[in-house]
Amino acid sequence: MSTADTTVAADRRNYGPSALGDDLRRFVNLTITLATTEFKLRYFGSVLGYFWSLARPLLFFGVLYTFFTIVLNLGTGVPHYPVYLLSSIVLWTFFTETTGGCVQCLLAREGLLRKMRFPRLVIPLSVALTALFNLGTNFLAVLAFALASGVTPRWSWLELLPLMVLLAALAVGVGMLLSALYVRFRDIQPIWEVVVQALFYGSPIIYVAAQYADKGGERIMHAAITFNPIATLLTQSGHAFVDSSYPTAAAAAGGTVRLLIPLSIIAGTFALGLWFFNREAPRIAEHL
Amino acid sequence: MTSITTQPHAPSPAQRPSAPPAVAVHHVDKAFRLPHQQYHTLKERALHPFRKDTHDVLQAVDDITFEVAEGEFFGIVGRNGSGKSTLLKCLAGIYGIDAGDLRVNGRLSPFIELGVGFNMDLTARDNVMINAIMLGLTRQQARERFDDIIAFAELENFLDLKLKNYSSGMTVRLAFSVAIQVDAEVLLIDEVLAVGDASFQQKCFAEFHRLKDEGRTILFVTHDMSAVERFCDRAMLIEKGKMVELGDPTKVAHRYNELNFGRSVTHLAKQAEERFGDRAAEVLAAWFENDQGEPIVELGHGHPCRVCLEARFNEAVDNPVFGFTLRNEVGTAIFAATTEMLHGPTGSFAAGDRVVVRLEFLNWLVAGTYSVTPSIARAGLGADALDLRADLAQLIVHGWFYTGGVTNLPHSFEVTRA
Repeated sequence: MSTADTTVAADRRNYGPSALGDDLRRFVNLTITLATTEFKLRYFGSVLGYFWSLARPLLFFGVLYTFFTIVLNLGTGVPHYPVYLLSSIVLWTFFTETTGGCVQCLLAREGLLRKMRFPRLVIPLSVALTALFNLGTNFLAVLAFALASGVTPRWSWLELLPLMVLLAALAVGVGMLLSALYVRFRDIQPIWEVVVQALFYGSPIIYVAAQYADKGGERIMHAAITFNPIATLLTQSGHAFVDSSYPTAAAAAGGTVRLLIPLSIIAGTFALGLWFFNREAPRIAEHL
Repeated sequence: MTSITTQPHAPSPAQRPSAPPAVAVHHVDKAFRLPHQQYHTLKERALHPFRKDTHDVLQAVDDITFEVAEGEFFGIVGRNGSGKSTLLKCLAGIYGIDAGDLRVNGRLSPFIELGVGFNMDLTARDNVMINAIMLGLTRQQARERFDDIIAFAELENFLDLKLKNYSSGMTVRLAFSVAIQVDAEVLLIDEVLAVGDASFQQKCFAEFHRLKDEGRTILFVTHDMSAVERFCDRAMLIEKGKMVELGDPTKVAHRYNELNFGRSVTHLAKQAEERFGDRAAEVLAAWFENDQGEPIVELGHGHPCRVCLEARFNEAVDNPVFGFTLRNEVGTAIFAATTEMLHGPTGSFAAGDRVVVRLEFLNWLVAGTYSVTPSIARAGLGADALDLRADLAQLIVHGWFYTGGVTNLPHSFEVTRA
């Protein structure tokens, strides 16, 4: 009994709050619990919950599709353009939901932060996980739409998984940074909204990567794909998921080696976010 | 009674030789910076890049050292703003400490606020699971203990009701039931019992006792001195972040009451007072003392107590009658006595004479605040007042029980089957 005691109840010294905590299982448990609760509330709160959450990207898609294909003729000559548009909107939604949700997440959970000891990183991670659940359900609609539009299933669809992992890593990295910054600077929120707008138009969502080249030449396309990891990921997802005639990320970036740049931006953002959040974690409850 | 399953526990770890303390706090400091000008936006930062960041430092916890042995029921008392809640949050691992050494041996369950993270839009069933996981149970454990939790809260019939439809009492019961199921070796309790009805409070205290008997360590933060005297093995008093008293709960409760009420008595005396009489004699002062003759403002139930007055005569008076009336908070006269009945003739006094009158009694009053009205009257049936000063002095009585009566006389029962 006494030996069991000492191993289970290890002596904890000077233990303030931290980002990761000392119990990985509790960390995972908590993250999943918070995320599923949030997800449940959204879907079971109203009868139409699932349809409502689907309605947003679908309506967004409808507006963009109508405007850009019918009015501006943007998608002409692009095979399965509507499928690309919808799939990139869904992926983009995941990114904005995670990062936008992270900005205020610590303030929203102030009650928990001030009253309980738990790893602080659980909160932004649970926001990302909820967004990931949403991505999952939304992607079912994308799959149905793709099949209905005549896109044939290919093995390369599996590439989407690592691409989503990379996108999630980027979103979580930015999310950690934003949530910790927001505690100190409340104008992070409007600033981030503007950045998101710029990223939306700067990334190949309503157009495809090739259209950078049409307008501004190859070098512009190479630069856009190389220095915007979202563009890299969306371009590769178009090639892997929608149609193999879409350029690969490597081709659009102007060489496979150049893909190391977006990959290191993702890794760097994640590391920076983690480092900063970890540094701020012990005092989040006081600074709020 | 409800069934509560608990993990088998060592019989009494408190008696285990050389067991490490459950909680050890050594020279812990915690300060908060109170900036004069707080920058909350990047814009402000950018506009005032060179402005000095001036701030005050609030030393919320100042060099506090104590240890709590395993299985001990330890009270932490202090007035509002004394730093006890900050200390508790440091212990709970919510705030990091600035200096010193703080160890908690074992899993700790903070009852700092019940039902943290409860979501009003979810059912009780969902909330119990979530809260249990928040408090450190695994999903599996939470499922296993679900029935016990609901049974203790006595909410079997309301499982699928959304929490927003619960009464506040029901919510607290639910939250408390979850919190005590979390097998913690160390419990931090912060005045959670201020809520809930009397019978539930009773149940909570019974539960704390059971946990204590199982060898759990309990740190209890409260304003309620009767609870401290009743439950705690030891207690600590904090004032302005510093430890003022550590040890016997009764002693700590005394110091606390002194700190608290020592001021309010003088404050009360300044108010416009009710005073009657022709002032042939004047009551100069009234006060309470203990049997050592030391002035007191608070006293435990059952202790000897003296109420005193000092008077000066302005005219010659024969056999004046000195009297005292004790009233409780609501103004009911609880006890009245005059020298006429017990003492008899008091003698002759000339103008300028001074006198001190003491009335000693055993304090059988229940916990509460009492005031004394001293009076001097002429001898005779007419009893016209020379001076009467209403509610001139105050006494706080503390005791661990509340009977519902205004006094608790010494008594014994005998039950005989006839």
